[in-house]
Amino acid sequence: MRFQLTEDQRALRDGVRELLARRFGREALRAAVDAPGRLDRALWRELGSAGFFALRLPEAEGGVGLGLPEAVLAFEEAGRALLPGPLVATHLAAGRVPGAATGEAVVAAVGNGLVEWLAEADVVRGNAARAVPLRSVDPLTPLHRVPVAGGVDPVAVLLTAAEQLGSATRACELAVQHARAREQFGQPIGAFQAVKHLCAEMLVRTETARAAVYAAAVTADPADIDTARLLADEAAVRGARDCLQVHGGMGFTWEFEVHLHLKRTWVRTHRTGDATQSEENLAAELLAQLS
Amino acid sequence: MDLAYTPEEEEFRARLREWLGRVLPTLGPKPSPDDWPGRRAYDLRWQRMLYDAGYADVHWGGTPSVRLIFLEETEKAGAPYVGAGFVGLLHAGPTIAAEGTAEQRARWLPPILRGEEVWCQGFSEPDAGSDLAALRTRAWRDGDDYVVSGSKIWTSHAEVADWCELLVRTDPEAPKHRGISWLAMPMDAPGITVRPLRTLAGSAEFAEVFLDEVRVPAANRVGDENDGWRVTMVTLSFERGTAFVGEVVACRRVLRELAAEAHRNGRWDDPVLRRRLGRLNAEFRALWRLTQWNVSEAELTGGVPGVGSSVFKLRFSHARQELYDAGADVLGPEALDLDRPWVLDRLSSLSYTIAAGTSQIQRNIVAERILGLPKGR
Repeated sequence: MRFQLTEDQRALRDGVRELLARRFGREALRAAVDAPGRLDRALWRELGSAGFFALRLPEAEGGVGLGLPEAVLAFEEAGRALLPGPLVATHLAAGRVPGAATGEAVVAAVGNGLVEWLAEADVVRGNAARAVPLRSVDPLTPLHRVPVAGGVDPVAVLLTAAEQLGSATRACELAVQHARAREQFGQPIGAFQAVKHLCAEMLVRTETARAAVYAAAVTADPADIDTARLLADEAAVRGARDCLQVHGGMGFTWEFEVHLHLKRTWVRTHRTGDATQSEENLAAELLAQLS
Repeated sequence: MDLAYTPEEEEFRARLREWLGRVLPTLGPKPSPDDWPGRRAYDLRWQRMLYDAGYADVHWGGTPSVRLIFLEETEKAGAPYVGAGFVGLLHAGPTIAAEGTAEQRARWLPPILRGEEVWCQGFSEPDAGSDLAALRTRAWRDGDDYVVSGSKIWTSHAEVADWCELLVRTDPEAPKHRGISWLAMPMDAPGITVRPLRTLAGSAEFAEVFLDEVRVPAANRVGDENDGWRVTMVTLSFERGTAFVGEVVACRRVLRELAAEAHRNGRWDDPVLRRRLGRLNAEFRALWRLTQWNVSEAELTGGVPGVGSSVFKLRFSHARQELYDAGADVLGPEALDLDRPWVLDRLSSLSYTIAAGTSQIQRNIVAERILGLPKGR
């Protein structure tokens, strides 16, 4: 059993992180917030040529030929960087919708009564007739409401969990950075146990979710995927909330990025059906093991 | 990333499973919790069986993966855990193995592995709990002996132990971490008084140990004089390593039993309770994965568990309490009946966020040693 990242997996994660830092850093994030609803097509094609969408497509079909663990690592980085766009939908469309694998096409999909990025999409999977725009809480995710919910692909659940894990990791890092630097009462606020314990709990939730998400990527087992989803949602939403709290007044500003993480984690919790369904699945699994 | 075991590890698992199936029926009934001599005999008999079959040193000798498989399979088979062997196998033994002289290892390790001697732990004191280094039990050098006076608390198995791994203050002038020594104290030495300590669960799982000018040979000191704190840290990192593997497996079994009971008594129809059990399923599945993650990490770094086990301990101890609180809601008013299953476990689960470092201390460790936050003034 080697339940740790391999050299290649670490290199892939670092490569994606480096690409996103270069192409979607702080300035680009600001610019995206200031131009809501518009997707950077050049970046989308660059992601395509880097293999982000074709990652799991067999080499014979022009893909990278890697598996779910690698996809999870790439999506974790996307979540961490707050990369906008229908990433999961386009990734799942690779090999099925022309242009999706290369990043030539932006593919949206009908989810749990919502469609992300409908107006920017070249192709929409699922029934988006009678879609009505809503004023999205997340400035980086335009949303339409649809009367009919689409089906849920377990891989979409897992990749969304991976994005949540990325946000949870980033929220913890930001909180710790701030707690080390910000001084009040003559010492860094991170020296106060009340702040320290918030940060420690963020790490505990993140690392437990990490084990669950990575394990689900290895097994692709439905119960493991439901587990990953519940743990990652919790780590991401509560992580962003606690990160905001650690930042005090600054955390409540539009300027500081933590609200973007929090809002995106909310969007992701609704993308693939209600959490209660995952809880029900895992409850039923307890009885299934019994018989 | 890989969750598959090697062919050798799978073979180890298969042989162990076959052996457990064969020998467990011969072990006899478990003694009652109050029967200390019976518990000692039972736990030592089990350790002897492990020794004869070649499994005795799996806690020290095996790779972390093999240890994980051993703990998983023995728990699944319903075999006893270390019981009275806890301190010898998981604290004192590994410490002596790592820090003892050849002579000390030859004297103390074989009887632990063969199931002949029981150890207890004399670390905590009434005024030294979370702040363990504040301990005040004094040891003076007198010829070839130390003379020890003071008192220890939360000592498991003290009534039936042959040896006590004892932390004493040998230099009261030095900074508190630098004046401590580690001694192996024979429990039959004159001057030792053991008083059982009744816990909120009603049983005497622990004892207080009073020491009145107890003579301990200086040759029983492991490590240098005043270096006992460092020696002890080796022990504590073992405690926070794979120590909870069997318990995670056990919690997953209890959770399935709770679901079956809820299904039987009709409370399964309550969606709030049902989903809570579903969420607990996620919780313990994730904790199992975190265990596998930590074990794989330990294998790469050479076996000594790192501070990452504090993350596990924090999450697991709270999850275990939530499990038994959910269990109480499955039982309804029956949860007030001490004769019902899980009710005593619910009470004992209350110690999990306190023992071996309170959750508050664990959060300080996580924040300072992993996240690098500054110590407060």
